[in-house]
Amino acid sequence: MNQITEQILEEVAALHGIPEGAYNIRENGKSIGRNSTEEIQITTRADGKGLEIRIAPGTKKKSVHIPVVISQSGLKEVVYNDFYVGEDADVTIVAGCGIHNAGNDASRHDGIHSFFLEKGARVKYVEKHYGAGDGRGERIMNPETIIEIGKDGYMEMETVQIRGVDSTVRSTRAKLAEGAKLVVTERLMTHGKQRAESRFDVHMDGADSGANVVSRSVAREDSWQRFSSRLVGSAPCSGHTECDAIIMDNAKISAVPELAANDPDAALIHEAAIGRIAGEQIIKLMTLGLTEAEAEEQIVEGFLR
Amino acid sequence: MLELKGISYGVAESGSQKEILKNISFTLEDNRFVVVTGPNGGGKSTLAKVIAGIWRPTEGQILWDGEDITDRSVTERANMGISYAFQQPVRFKGITVFDLIRLASGKKVSVEEACTYLSEVGLCARDYVRREVNASLSGGELKRIEIATVMARNTRVTLFDEPEAGIDLWSFQKLIGVFEKLHEKNHGSILIISHQERILDIADEILLIADGELKKRGTKEEMLPEILGSSVRPGCLYM
Repeated sequence: MNQITEQILEEVAALHGIPEGAYNIRENGKSIGRNSTEEIQITTRADGKGLEIRIAPGTKKKSVHIPVVISQSGLKEVVYNDFYVGEDADVTIVAGCGIHNAGNDASRHDGIHSFFLEKGARVKYVEKHYGAGDGRGERIMNPETIIEIGKDGYMEMETVQIRGVDSTVRSTRAKLAEGAKLVVTERLMTHGKQRAESRFDVHMDGADSGANVVSRSVAREDSWQRFSSRLVGSAPCSGHTECDAIIMDNAKISAVPELAANDPDAALIHEAAIGRIAGEQIIKLMTLGLTEAEAEEQIVEGFLR
Repeated sequence: MLELKGISYGVAESGSQKEILKNISFTLEDNRFVVVTGPNGGGKSTLAKVIAGIWRPTEGQILWDGEDITDRSVTERANMGISYAFQQPVRFKGITVFDLIRLASGKKVSVEEACTYLSEVGLCARDYVRREVNASLSGGELKRIEIATVMARNTRVTLFDEPEAGIDLWSFQKLIGVFEKLHEKNHGSILIISHQERILDIADEILLIADGELKKRGTKEEMLPEILGSSVRPGCLYM
């Protein structure tokens, strides 16, 4: 593993070397390391286009790491990874993609992750996207997440993109059965001429299902962001979606909420706010001895935490 | 030593100039405890903001150990040794109480040290140190955190704008102790804007500001009977 790969793995998956437990590390289109355990089997999909990850019922407190590194300029790939999480399993899945582009050709990774959670299964899914490299070639990532949560299942998704991705369309679709819960936390920052679009489409089909989709983002310089979130309640359920954005410099942001209730007992809420950093926040930190620029950095860092 | 010389501050309001501070001069000697009192809307908070550098006076000079700092920024003044506890503390999403105390102290602080400041203002420290300074905190909690942050700064001059507002009686006792500690142990100068008789009572000097003017100044012995006895009774009328 070279230095660039190591650095990217640390950024996207907080890994220092080879992780414990089940993992697959993909570098420039090929697996450079894979480990299955008794409870978590990682195999190549029959069509060869990605991975199939099967987590045995009842697996507790185990983790799966499947980071992707692209350091070859101009590489474009579409990868399908399917996760089958057995009944009552409780696992953490760490994905994430880092592109280091030192060349002039666009590098692109489109990762399509599908999650099928059986009855009572619990998953914490952490996904980080990161770009680096001083080449003129664009770093493009289009993650797509498809989620199906069975009865009383629970999934928490933490998705972060803080630096270096030039263009992204992030799409998340979910279907929730009876008693299923989904919590999504998105953190996004764009700068330069970056473009980022984030779409959520959550269908609460089962009684007592619930979803909470919360996005915090910062758009700086000439970047552009669009957040759209759609919650559909077709049973007694509760849904909340929130988009909170800080706009800076010449950036542009749009937030597009949509709520659809197909049941009188569907309780759905949307909150969206876009605004500059409040002047009084900057002044407060300046009275503690920070410069205006340092105050802004602190506020943004805290906001995206 | 902080010196104000002929400070005026005005704003344009519906076509005409409204004077909020009119030719205010006074000196805050080192290691003094001064309370500024007077009716609401009289210019007290404006005075604190002008000293902290948030608003620039339209006339006059502010001197720090004889050096003119009228054009110095908020940051520069903070780094020289002026702290300012806001009347209405600011909320931040994502920034924790610990972050604020760390930023305020300007150095690495341990959780234990941060907790000491919080305990001194009457907060059960472990419950608060990791909390975000956001809308989940009540006004009184925020106010006490604000005071803890200026304690952590421990500067030569500390300005408090109505620190007692929103603070319950039990914590108010502690608050008096906080001011005394800042003053006596740390040898800092304190300028408090307050209407509270108990705070007026521990002052070395009281300034009465009304209608943007410094109406009168003196020791508490000179000022208290007049303030409490007159129709201008900050202790009850203006709370």
